[in-house]
Amino acid sequence: MSHWVIAPILLPAMMAAIIILAARYHPMLQRTFSLATVGVCLAIALGLLVAVADGSILLYQLGNWAAPFGIVLVADRLSVLFVVLTLFLAIPVLLYAIGSGWDMRGRQFHALFQIQIMGILGAFLTGDAFNLFVFFEILLLASYGLMIHSGGSTRLRVGVQYVVFNLLGSTLFLFALGTIYAELGTLNIADIAVRMTAVSPENSAGVRVAAVLLLLVFGIKAAVLPLHFWLPATYSTAPAPVAALFAIMTKVGAYSIIRFYTIAFPPDLEVTQGLFDTWLLPGALLTLAIGMIGVLGAKRLDRLVAFAVVGSMGMLLTSVSVFTPEGIAAALFYAVHSTLATAALFLLVDVIRSRRAEGNLGWTPAPPIVGGALVAAMFFAAAIAMAGLPPLSGFVGKLLILDAALADPRMAWVWAVLLSSSLIAVVGFSRAGSVIFWKAHAPMETAPEPETAEVSASETSSEADQERQSALPMVAIGTLLSATVLVTVFAGPVHRYLNATAAQLFAPEPYISVVLDTPGKVITYTGKHGHDEKDHKDADHKDKNHRDTDHQEEDH
Amino acid sequence: MEILVASAVGILTAAGIYLILRKRTFPVILGTAFISYAVNVFLFASGRLAVNRPPVLQDDVTLYTDPLPQALVLTAIVIAFGMTAVVVMIGVGAYLSSQDDHIDDQDQLPPGADQDASESQGANP
Repeated sequence: MSHWVIAPILLPAMMAAIIILAARYHPMLQRTFSLATVGVCLAIALGLLVAVADGSILLYQLGNWAAPFGIVLVADRLSVLFVVLTLFLAIPVLLYAIGSGWDMRGRQFHALFQIQIMGILGAFLTGDAFNLFVFFEILLLASYGLMIHSGGSTRLRVGVQYVVFNLLGSTLFLFALGTIYAELGTLNIADIAVRMTAVSPENSAGVRVAAVLLLLVFGIKAAVLPLHFWLPATYSTAPAPVAALFAIMTKVGAYSIIRFYTIAFPPDLEVTQGLFDTWLLPGALLTLAIGMIGVLGAKRLDRLVAFAVVGSMGMLLTSVSVFTPEGIAAALFYAVHSTLATAALFLLVDVIRSRRAEGNLGWTPAPPIVGGALVAAMFFAAAIAMAGLPPLSGFVGKLLILDAALADPRMAWVWAVLLSSSLIAVVGFSRAGSVIFWKAHAPMETAPEPETAEVSASETSSEADQERQSALPMVAIGTLLSATVLVTVFAGPVHRYLNATAAQLFAPEPYISVVLDTPGKVITYTGKHGHDEKDHKDADHKDKNHRDTDHQEEDH
Repeated sequence: MEILVASAVGILTAAGIYLILRKRTFPVILGTAFISYAVNVFLFASGRLAVNRPPVLQDDVTLYTDPLPQALVLTAIVIAFGMTAVVVMIGVGAYLSSQDDHIDDQDQLPPGADQDASESQGANP
C-alpha cells in the first residue's frame, strides 16, 4: 500500500486551511504556500507516474479497511496521467494569477484554488463512485467561489446559472448512485464491475437507467451537447486564470466517462451494450460541430475560446465513443493537448483584454496592443494548436483520432464532421487573429489626448506597462505553449504511454483484483460470541473472500 | 409505505422541476432545494424500505436495515445544504449588484454589460 497516493489530495486540503487561518493577511505567504504545494504535489505525482508506468496499480485503503466496505484510492496509468496533467496545468495558471494580480482582486483566491486542486485530484484518484460524487462537489464548490472571484454583476449572474445547472447535475448524480446501490448493493467501482457480470439481461432495467443517468451527469461536466449550455458563458466570464484551470474540469467529465464505461459498464457486457455508443457518438459529433461553428460565430474573443473548448470536448468524446484502445489512446492524447492549448488561449485572451483599449474583445479595430508581436505570435501558436493544424500537437491528436475512427462503421460521419469543423475553426481563429492583430491601428478620432500630453502619457503608460507587463504572465503562457510543443516533439513516447493506458483500461481484471483482493481490516461479527471481536485486526480474517461474506448487503 | 415514499419522491421532483423552470432566482433555488429533498428520500429507499429495524449490529437481532444509504443521505444532506447556502449568497450578490433577479434576461442587462454574453447563457434548462 502506497501512502503517496493520498498525498496529492491531503496536501492541498491542509494547505487551504493553513492559507485561510494563518496566511490570511499575507499575500506573499499565500502565493508562496500555494505555489509550493502545487510544486510538491507535482513532484509526488511524477513519482506516482514512474511507479505506475510499468502497469502496476497502486491502492490506498483509507483506515486500512478492505475494499468494498472501506473507501479506496486507486492510482493506475489513467488517473495518474490526469493528476500529472492537472498539476502541470496548475503551476503556469498560478504563476499567471500571481503575475497579473488576479489573485488579489478578490478574497481567498489561493485557498479556493487549493481546494479546487484537491477536488480535481480526488476525482481522478478515487476508486469509489460515491466518493467521486463527493470530490465532484468539492471541486464544484471551489469552482463556484473561483468563478465569481473579484465579482461584477455579469459574473455573478452567470455564476448563479452555473451553480444552479451544476446543482441539478449533482442531484442527477445522486439519483444515479442511489439506483446503482439499489440494484447492485455496492458503490465501489471495481465491485460494481464484478456484480455487473452477474446481472441478468431481463433484470437489467435499473442498472441500465443508472448507467445512462451517469452518462448524463458526466456529459454535463464534459459539456456534451445538449448539456453544454453552461460552458460558454461561464468560461468567458470567469477570471482568466480560473477559466484556464477550468480547462481540466471538462476533462474530469471525460475521465469519468472513460473510467466508468471501461470498467464498471463495459460495452462487451450484454446488459450494458449499446448504452453508451448509441448516444455518445452523435452527441459528441454535434458538440464538435456546434463548438466550432460557435468559434466562427462568436462576436468576442473570450467567447470564441469558450466555444473552442466545447469543440475540443466534442473531438475528445468522438474519439472516446469510437471505443477501441486506439480511440481511447487518441482521446487521451487530445485531452492532454487541448487542456494545455485552451489554458494558454484563455490566458492570452486576458492579456489581450488588459492591453486593448477598454478591454474590448469584439471584432472592432482598436489601437495596436503593447507588445503586440509577442502576443500575436503566441496567439498564432495557440490557435494553430487548437485548430489542429500542423505542426503542433492538435494536429497529431486529430490525426490519431481520424486514424482510430478508420475501423469504425460510422467512420464517414466522424471524418466528415471532424474535417469540416476543423476548417470552420481555422476560419474562425484566423478571422479573430487578423482583426485583433492586423487591423490594429490608432483611430484618428481619438487622437487629441496623446498630442497634448504625449510625454507624460508615454511616461505613465510605460510605467503602467512595466507593472502590467511583469514577465510572469508571459512566462506562464510560454510554459503552456512550450508544453504543447514538447507533447508534439515527444508524441511517440507520450503515445506509447497512452496506448499502454488504453490497454490497461481494456483489461480491467488487474484493477479489479488489486482493489478487491488486497487484504485489509474487515469486521467479523458472529453474534453473541463474536461480539468482542468487532475491532479485531486479526490477519487471518483479512484474507477472507469478502465478496462472499458481505452479509450486510441485501439480497434481491 | 412504498407508495408513500415513491409518491413523495415523485411530487418533490415534479415541484422542483417546475420551480427550476421559473425565471427568477428565488423560485429556482427553491426548486433545487426540493429536488435535493427528493433525492435524499430516494437514497433512503435505495437500501430497501425497512421499518423498525436497527442499522447497527446488535445481539438477538436478525433483520437489519441497510446502514449505508443512511450515511449516504447524511452526506448528501450536508452537501445540498451547503450548496443551497452558496447559491443563495451568489444569488443575493447578483441581485444586489444588478438590481435584477432574473436568471436569464437579456432585456434587463445593466448598461455596459456585454450584449453578446446574454445570447447563449442558456443555463436555464
